[in-house]
Amino acid sequence: MTKIAEPILPPVSERSNLLGWMRRNLFGSWTDALLTLIGVWIVYWAASGLLRWALYTAEWKVIVVNARLLMIGQYPIEQVGRLWIWLGFLIFLLGNSLAIWGRGSRIAPALLALPAATAFIFPFGADPRKWLIAMTVIGLIGWGLGRVKPEALKRSVIAGWVISLPIIILLTYGLSKSEASIVPIVRTNLWGGLLLTFLLTVVGILFSFPIGVLLALGRRSELPAVRWFSVGYIELVRGVPLITILFMAQLMLPLFLPEGWTVDRVVRAMVGITLFSAAYLAENVRGGLQAIPKGQFEAAAALGLSGAQTMIFIILPQALRLVIPILVGQFIALYKDTSLVAIVGLLDLVGIARTVLAQPEFLGLQREVYVFISLIFWTLSYGMSYVSQRLEERLGVGIR
Amino acid sequence: MSDGPIIKVEDVHKWYGNFHALKGINVEVKRREVIVIFGPSGSGKSTFIRTLNRLEEHQRGRIFVDGIELSHDVRNIEQIRSETGMVFQQFNLFPHLTVMQNIVLAPIQVRKWTKQKAEETAMQLLERVGIPEQAYKYPGQLSGGQQQRVAIARSLAMQPKIMLFDEPTSALDPEMIKEVLDVMVELAKSGMTILAVTHEMGFARAVADRMLFFDKGEIVEQGTPQQIFNAPKEDRTKLFLSQILRH
Repeated sequence: MTKIAEPILPPVSERSNLLGWMRRNLFGSWTDALLTLIGVWIVYWAASGLLRWALYTAEWKVIVVNARLLMIGQYPIEQVGRLWIWLGFLIFLLGNSLAIWGRGSRIAPALLALPAATAFIFPFGADPRKWLIAMTVIGLIGWGLGRVKPEALKRSVIAGWVISLPIIILLTYGLSKSEASIVPIVRTNLWGGLLLTFLLTVVGILFSFPIGVLLALGRRSELPAVRWFSVGYIELVRGVPLITILFMAQLMLPLFLPEGWTVDRVVRAMVGITLFSAAYLAENVRGGLQAIPKGQFEAAAALGLSGAQTMIFIILPQALRLVIPILVGQFIALYKDTSLVAIVGLLDLVGIARTVLAQPEFLGLQREVYVFISLIFWTLSYGMSYVSQRLEERLGVGIR
Repeated sequence: MSDGPIIKVEDVHKWYGNFHALKGINVEVKRREVIVIFGPSGSGKSTFIRTLNRLEEHQRGRIFVDGIELSHDVRNIEQIRSETGMVFQQFNLFPHLTVMQNIVLAPIQVRKWTKQKAEETAMQLLERVGIPEQAYKYPGQLSGGQQQRVAIARSLAMQPKIMLFDEPTSALDPEMIKEVLDVMVELAKSGMTILAVTHEMGFARAVADRMLFFDKGEIVEQGTPQQIFNAPKEDRTKLFLSQILRH
């Protein structure tokens, strides 16, 4: 008599369900049980304290009243639509991108629903509410389009990301000096809050990246002048704190410029952050370059590829992929470092928080304000981290 | 022009610091000739083959490839490299590109072929080396033997006049050596000029026109496979052959 082979299952004790898992891992022995109970008590104690503060003690009115100030500083209220427009553009692209490259990601719609959700939860005015809901609608439209035609849209989405920075700057700054224009110029001294933090970060990342790559390549160059310039620059900039560079950009740059020339203070801060970040990026990228085996250079050379072609098609794609985690770490650091511009008098998130706290009716509400801006910092930092993990997963395909 | 030697090497020397790696090499290679280079490790055979496309720079003597002298002129070097295919011991495929992208990259970037032409040629070459079904995989998903065959196809895509093999089977598991050697034998029979550093004596016996025995940076002995295997003249050659052919 032949028996049909049955699949051999693990012993009953190994098949997992929640209760079994808890018994094995949390209450395996007397000491385990004791430690578990102590741990639960500590978590409860900390969380309940925090919750009690957040729900009963904290005076969130300071955030509600100053919400606009914290988000965009003193940007004129009648021009705010311009900012919503570029934010909508970004969210549309984000929806597209999530659908095209993040296929299978379930959090995309939830993420895009976030603006509308905040509009219902928090006590915003009628105008921001409308805009926030519009953001979700636009994002979902982008997401839907991306799902329907992922291949056809790829190119235009990439093009969209490429032109997004000029669009952001153009809309934020404006075109014409005359008041009658649709997009009159808004001076940068009115930019503030999250808007300023965001712009400093985006400009810092986008410009320091290519400069950093060039410096990394320069440091490995066979031309002594190029090599020594790169080494000198990197070591000089890495040797001083960012805050000194920001001060120098604010105080010393005017000394080097011809009489009558002025450089906008926000631009000066952007330049300082970019140049600072580039030096660190260069070293990170160099780490990636050094990890590429010599055989890759030789194979490329043996095929007749030129030095530049070898770098562009063979070496940099591999080197940059290797250092994605480090690069993202550095971008997150840059994002948080932008808060130092508050010290040189710009009103970024931290700078504006200090002015909010200086208002007589909100004295002593540091906790509420700093918890709020911490949450904003954390949300965007975690967003970057999440995107980088997805990116690594997608790019990791070929490397095993 | 076409009757002259395709490679001419005159009194080539190479030092690594104070170590004299090549001590006056003189060789002429005719078109369609298949040459097997062998010798103990550290004898300079890989260094020699790598000077021919200037992966190593020689410090004395002259090298002509297809009438062009290898000098410091970068354009000459790039031209010679695009006419000379090279296959490495460690394959050196580009791991971030698919098999197809590995093959079409140089024809598109250096030869300025259209993508379509390059891909058609690549498919033909993959069929020639027997792995058309692997075209859209990444190198890391292939076996060693398959990777080396892709590397050969990648070199052939540039339509080289000369193929250099630097120990192409030394990093392979035994059962994969044959599939690579089969491709090399077919290539030799098709009339390609080949210089191969290898200890695969079966390959040498089957297709080599001439064998060069390297030791201590010199060509100690050269001759047809019959001469080398049946009647080696030099003691060093005899000793080395007895060591590699014993089992």
